[in-house]
Amino acid sequence: MGIIEAKDLVHEYYRRDEEGNVESIETAVDHVNLSVQPGQFISILGHNGSGKSTLAKHINALLLPTEGTLLVDGKDTSVEANELSIRKNAGMVFQNPDNQIIASVVEEDVGFGPENIGVPTEEIWTRVEKALKSVGMWEYRTHSPNRLSGGQKQRVAIAGVMAMEPKCIILDEPTAMLDPDGRKEVIKTAHELNRTKGVTIILITHYMEEVVDSDYVYVMEKGSVVMKGTPREIFSQVDALKQYRLDVPQVTLLADELRKAGMDIPAGILTREELLEALCH
Amino acid sequence: MSLILDHVSYTYSVGSGYEVKALNDVNLKIEDGEFIGIIGHTGSGKSTLVQHLNGLIQATSGTIYYNGADIYDKDYDRKELRTQVGMVFQYPEHQLFETTVFEDVKYGPKNQGLDDKQATLRAFEALQKVKFPEENYDASPFELSGGQKRRAAIAGVIAMKPAVLILDEPTAGLDPKGRDEILGLIREMHDKSGITIILVSHSMEDVANYVDRIIVMEKGAPLFDGAPREVFANYKKLEEIGLAAPQVTYLMHDLYDQGYPVDPQATTVEEAKQEILRVFGNR
Repeated sequence: MGIIEAKDLVHEYYRRDEEGNVESIETAVDHVNLSVQPGQFISILGHNGSGKSTLAKHINALLLPTEGTLLVDGKDTSVEANELSIRKNAGMVFQNPDNQIIASVVEEDVGFGPENIGVPTEEIWTRVEKALKSVGMWEYRTHSPNRLSGGQKQRVAIAGVMAMEPKCIILDEPTAMLDPDGRKEVIKTAHELNRTKGVTIILITHYMEEVVDSDYVYVMEKGSVVMKGTPREIFSQVDALKQYRLDVPQVTLLADELRKAGMDIPAGILTREELLEALCH
Repeated sequence: MSLILDHVSYTYSVGSGYEVKALNDVNLKIEDGEFIGIIGHTGSGKSTLVQHLNGLIQATSGTIYYNGADIYDKDYDRKELRTQVGMVFQYPEHQLFETTVFEDVKYGPKNQGLDDKQATLRAFEALQKVKFPEENYDASPFELSGGQKRRAAIAGVIAMKPAVLILDEPTAGLDPKGRDEILGLIREMHDKSGITIILVSHSMEDVANYVDRIIVMEKGAPLFDGAPREVFANYKKLEEIGLAAPQVTYLMHDLYDQGYPVDPQATTVEEAKQEILRVFGNR
């Protein structure tokens, strides 16, 4: 049994007029089936409005299914009694670092989560230390968050989630507002936590380059999963991705163009080393 | 007709003990009709730089000339400068506030002192320019998709008919297709109306594909200034300062280093493709 199991998950947004009558219904998540194994690094791609963030918000019970079920670590999100344990087990990091940091000192911000769920003070500090070290921000523990770079702020936000000792972390476009350095920092941190702590990672992103090292990729369109597979399987379908308003990494695109022009190059090239190898073999 | 920065420096929090030199003796000339990309990591001074261009921030020392006139002169009409040099901020859709898209776009020209009829015309023109779907002119800005909101916000600035348009990270948060649409639109506006475009970005791929000139900011001053291929030739240095050249630039350099006679300065997928086909084509 996976750590996240979605079965025919549906989410509908209702728009109501002033009297509260339903004006229109929008199906943001449409019968999604998903199975994530513990310790996997999963990416979800999809254009703006494809339903990927709505799906993500189900994983820590911020939204509840209209139909279907979602199990997180075996617990049904629609059962109210499960809410706290689900939120502890599935931590969420959002796009804008400035909306997630609340305290005026880094270590206090990281300690906020555990304190909020009643972790004893002694243990809070052990957790804060562990969490900050795991994202490489320990030396900034006494700094003020507003003096940090975007990438550092996001790492603090991730530490805040780590301090809850979750089994999985959902990162909803964590790099959208960062510069290239900050982006690398955050993705590297996510991979490290996945590798060294065994945390399951769900990464939602628009940047194709960030997806290359995932174990498995889902592509969403109009609320449904329309493609799934390893990064290589996904990125060998350049035309299909374009049709879903997505992209492929630049070298993948170049390799594809060269193949179309008649060169003998395998499909699904992901890195420049691979393309170099294919050209120079 | 141009923008000239003459020894412009800017220091934040002067005298507070936390002084930060955000711009350090910047000398630049921006000609009419140029399409410029300004890149640099967070804190390199790129946003501070563009905020000087329309007088939002006043230099601590040095001066700026717009069309030959010193914008720091006592008599200089700085309100007029702000309509001449339009600025689209990051996440501009957060600044939409009217009840309909059309009213929102009209706000700028009305504020410029145009009468209702003229402002209406301007709004109509601007929304057409950004290819905003006509059936949504009367929609609430808050009901639109991300890409449409961004178009509406850009139209609001264009409606004031600026001669120079500055866009700070205009594609942040958009999906790849939305990003290409907005950048294609900006390119088209530039090519059709000859407006000067200054694009602040940290996406090297975007900049390589669209602009004619790149200014790389580092520690408050331009480090490189030239055509994309010239600037990306310094990819090693770019990496040292936390930036990176487009992926294909690295590949072309790798090939070149291995002895293949490709032009290592190719910066777009199309250029790289042509070069590789030229050298490897007969295999």
